[in-house]
Amino acid sequence: MSAIVFEGVKRVFQRDGRDFPTLDGIDLTVAEREFVAIVGPSGCGKTTCLRMVAGLEFPTHGKVTVGGATVDAPGPDRAVVFQQFALFPWKTVAENIEFGLKSKGVANGTRSETIARFVELMGLQGYESAFPHQLSGGMQQRVAIARAYALDPAVLLMDEPFGALDAQTRTVMQEELVRIARTNPRTVLFITHAVEEAVYLADRVVVMTRRPGRIREIVDVASVRRSEHWDRHERIEEVMDQASFVHLRTHIWKLLREQQRPNEH
Amino acid sequence: MSTLAAQRPPSRAESWALGATGLAALFGLWTLLAISGVVPAQFLPTPWAVAQRFVELTHTPFTGYTIQQHLASSVQRYLLGFGLAAVIGVPLGLAMGWFRWLDDIVTPLFEAIRFVAPIAWVPFAALWFGTGIGGPTLIIFMGAFPPALVNAYRGARFVEPRLIEAAQTLGAGDWRIIAQVLLPASVPSIVAGLRISAGLGWQSLVGAELIVASSGIGYLIVKGQSNISTSTVMAGMVAIGIVGFAIDVALRRVEARIHARRGQ
Repeated sequence: MSAIVFEGVKRVFQRDGRDFPTLDGIDLTVAEREFVAIVGPSGCGKTTCLRMVAGLEFPTHGKVTVGGATVDAPGPDRAVVFQQFALFPWKTVAENIEFGLKSKGVANGTRSETIARFVELMGLQGYESAFPHQLSGGMQQRVAIARAYALDPAVLLMDEPFGALDAQTRTVMQEELVRIARTNPRTVLFITHAVEEAVYLADRVVVMTRRPGRIREIVDVASVRRSEHWDRHERIEEVMDQASFVHLRTHIWKLLREQQRPNEH
Repeated sequence: MSTLAAQRPPSRAESWALGATGLAALFGLWTLLAISGVVPAQFLPTPWAVAQRFVELTHTPFTGYTIQQHLASSVQRYLLGFGLAAVIGVPLGLAMGWFRWLDDIVTPLFEAIRFVAPIAWVPFAALWFGTGIGGPTLIIFMGAFPPALVNAYRGARFVEPRLIEAAQTLGAGDWRIIAQVLLPASVPSIVAGLRISAGLGWQSLVGAELIVASSGIGYLIVKGQSNISTSTVMAGMVAIGIVGFAIDVALRRVEARIHARRGQ
């Protein structure tokens, strides 16, 4: 049971005694093992949505449930991958991955096995005892993803995980995420402002309006992916060349373009 | 006027030379004043009279102990007082940085007490713990405790929120967050605080021994004073300076090593 449900979620910030709505009525269900990406203009509240599932922020109205239970605190059943990696700089790669396992009370032997498995899965062999500052951005984000996956979470929350990476590393990471998502399917909520990334990775793409954020449209990608056999292509650029991919991407771009204020270019 | 940043920093050799010049100037002035007779010898002994007295104190007991024995009992009290301040101050500071209710309970008490100079505790220190090891230890503790606590607290409060959030989403509870996130993240701040603690503790120790002790360097100074032996007083001051300097050098080494290990 790992479906995520937003029910009439509103979020209001108060500053100087005035109300500033950031989210204005979000209703969304992410089915178990579904990969949903949220795109939207900066400041539309997409990160707030993810943080409310993580239990790091709470709605002013409405509720967020995971597996039927209202979210009231952070927990290892909902692992988060942050944009700025958020690795513990004083811990090695292996110790970073181990942190959540220890908190969960996983036995020592099982811990080392799990670490070894995810080190291999993320291509981190040989770097187990390196410290984060000795690794490139791409490697650091692999560690962060390994750390999240190692907990075997029902829900994976990714907040612009590739936003801080250079274009090439980003492409590699996107392909790897698809590979991992196929072998270890999870319920994923993925925040991004990169439209191609959203269409490439997600089953459905939620397009949000500018602040106060509402859902503009939910675009179904999974059915197109299946009918157009995107999975036959190994490489991201081949998928992105497909007419069906271009069509979806352009459609989402237009929806986002509507959200620009007249003075924005 | 040149700004600090625009100055050419002196080289290592130049720094040493400048430091040596300062010391030489001090000793020169001191010697000049002492031998010229401007200041009588019982008011200001010559540097070599002090050195001679220092050497003499290492083998001839004064008020029952040699200077090494006085120093040993001072260092013992100091280590106990400073150790207690670190062992209580750092964890309490970290816990206050995490638990808001604890912060609310402790902060008003602490803010009131920390402005009372350690020396002000002398009467109670003597009354409650005597003049052996307990009394002076309390006074050292009172001097060393505030910076140990405050720096651990500040360190904990200024840990990057995303690291705390990462730990929370990885399932860590309060104590795991304090021990595994707040503590390591605050190490630079904690060590800086302990350096201040160490200095204040050593200063408080001597003040404490001037009044409540029957051995120790401070005691040696008081007895030197009542015997009108200025060279003994000065020898005691030299011992205090040397040990204080050694403590700071040692802690600076520790600090540098920690920074190097973290790649900062």
